[in-house]
Amino acid sequence: MGDLNVKKIILDIISIVAPDADLSDVKSDVRLRDQLEMDSMDFLDIVMELRKRYKIEVPKEDYPKLASLDSCVEYLSPKFAALTPA
Amino acid sequence: MARDRLADAKDYYDVIVIGSGLAGMTGANKLAKAGRSVLLLEQHYNFGGMATWFKRPGGHIFDISLHGFPVGMIKSCRKYWTQEIADSIVQLKGVRFDNPQFSFQTTFDRVDFTSKLVDHFGIAPQTVEDFFNAARAMDFYDDQAMTTRELFEKFFPGRTDVVRFLMEPIAYANGSTLDDPAITYGIVFSNFMSKGVYIFRGGTDKLIFMMKNALKQNGVDLRHSVCVDRICVEGGRVTGIEANGRTIACGAVLSNANIKTTIEKMVGEDKFKDDFIAEAKAVRLNNSSCQVYMGIRKGETLDNIGDLLFTSVDPEFDSVRLCAKDVTSRTFSMYYPDIRPGSDRYAIVSSTNANWDDWAYLSDEDYANEKEHLIKTTLDALEKYIPDVRSKINHVEAATPKTFHHYTLQAQGATFGTKFEGLQVSMDLPKQIGGLFHAGSVGIIMSGWLGAINYGVIVANEVDSFMHTSEPSHSKERAAS
Repeated sequence: MGDLNVKKIILDIISIVAPDADLSDVKSDVRLRDQLEMDSMDFLDIVMELRKRYKIEVPKEDYPKLASLDSCVEYLSPKFAALTPA
Repeated sequence: MARDRLADAKDYYDVIVIGSGLAGMTGANKLAKAGRSVLLLEQHYNFGGMATWFKRPGGHIFDISLHGFPVGMIKSCRKYWTQEIADSIVQLKGVRFDNPQFSFQTTFDRVDFTSKLVDHFGIAPQTVEDFFNAARAMDFYDDQAMTTRELFEKFFPGRTDVVRFLMEPIAYANGSTLDDPAITYGIVFSNFMSKGVYIFRGGTDKLIFMMKNALKQNGVDLRHSVCVDRICVEGGRVTGIEANGRTIACGAVLSNANIKTTIEKMVGEDKFKDDFIAEAKAVRLNNSSCQVYMGIRKGETLDNIGDLLFTSVDPEFDSVRLCAKDVTSRTFSMYYPDIRPGSDRYAIVSSTNANWDDWAYLSDEDYANEKEHLIKTTLDALEKYIPDVRSKINHVEAATPKTFHHYTLQAQGATFGTKFEGLQVSMDLPKQIGGLFHAGSVGIIMSGWLGAINYGVIVANEVDSFMHTSEPSHSKERAAS
């Protein structure tokens, strides 16, 4: 799965868990918390959505890896790739 | 014979939630939305736990804990419940203090508190700013050695009036004292200071009705009047629950009962490691409450004297005095007709903090007399704000720690859950027994409506993760069989 797709998936989930967030100009390399009004509960919701939609489990110790869009892509891409049937 | 409320329940659920306080209900809703089959069991005939109300002849309706919660409830209700519930949350702007040290009204937010601290109490603006920032920056992972007393002493040394202003409302909100860890104060205080105090317009009855509907829509199997006798554990793992003489199997249990009750009575100490039991036994319950409910006669009206009145004739704030039986520090929650649109009725609820031990062991006669005394002194205090209030009231009754225990089964009627150490025990439960989770009023910071709802979600995520990683195909097989 390409980087763009992972980004799109994450932004799509954020638009649901944090509907007030303005997603028109999210910078990939800046922490999401620093540019959007997101709190720790919002990140928990992202974790639950990833599990529900894609059966991807993000263990608690890896939560910091969801900090920015870039880090999401880096961390989640292998997990999404593993889902794709061979 | 009483009807068996479990008669047509299934033999297996992914998750059984015990207790329908706001944490239990929210956890159940979140898990159902995540695709889990959920059974929610409540021992009382009403759902809601301490988020409750009652009716009395003459058209009276009384809310127990509706007044008030932080603005964060709007976001949490929208995300974890419905937009409609979130849309009914409105701000209470009339918060009044009246005591021998100061008397004024505030909107109870950072802007107004700053101006009170600077203009009324004469504190330097920079000190106020530093204090707010210090409170705001506190989080669970911080050093927990500093007490709230020390926090105040650092910023406002010797200022008992400032301590009262900053502490008294929070002590009413979560039962915390000056000797609890400062983070229990900082987190809750900052939540309120963000934008003030809010309530649900429509009353607690309407809120719980809407939540029940949402739960049903999401497929949760709701059962009231079912008291769980035992949580079944085999080989270090939860296998089900026993209630009404029946065993129902499940993948996980989320207990919204008191943490100590869950461990000691529902599971049994023999199922845990000794050091964990020692830790659980050392958890202190928080104090309880007394309330006096005053119903205004139909046709009578009250002037608006504010929504929340923090009143006292005690010379200074004192955590111990605040729970004493002859306490003079009380909160009056004023319920005007606009709280239930379409209604023309008024009600007043007085709340004081209280100790279980002061009320639990009285003779029947002494208990009745003490309740009468509580009502009389409450009405006396209220006369100052509403002259001749007795002539407007045609129903009055009191609740004590025993009353709260009777209706919620909460150990020692602990309306505010446990002290800080209870949170760690609650969070460590799944490490002891696979599939056993707890959410509820623990650790002070998880108490109150917002704390309970958010903790319910936090634990629902843990339950969902456990179900996902332990036996991913389990629930599907069961559902198909």
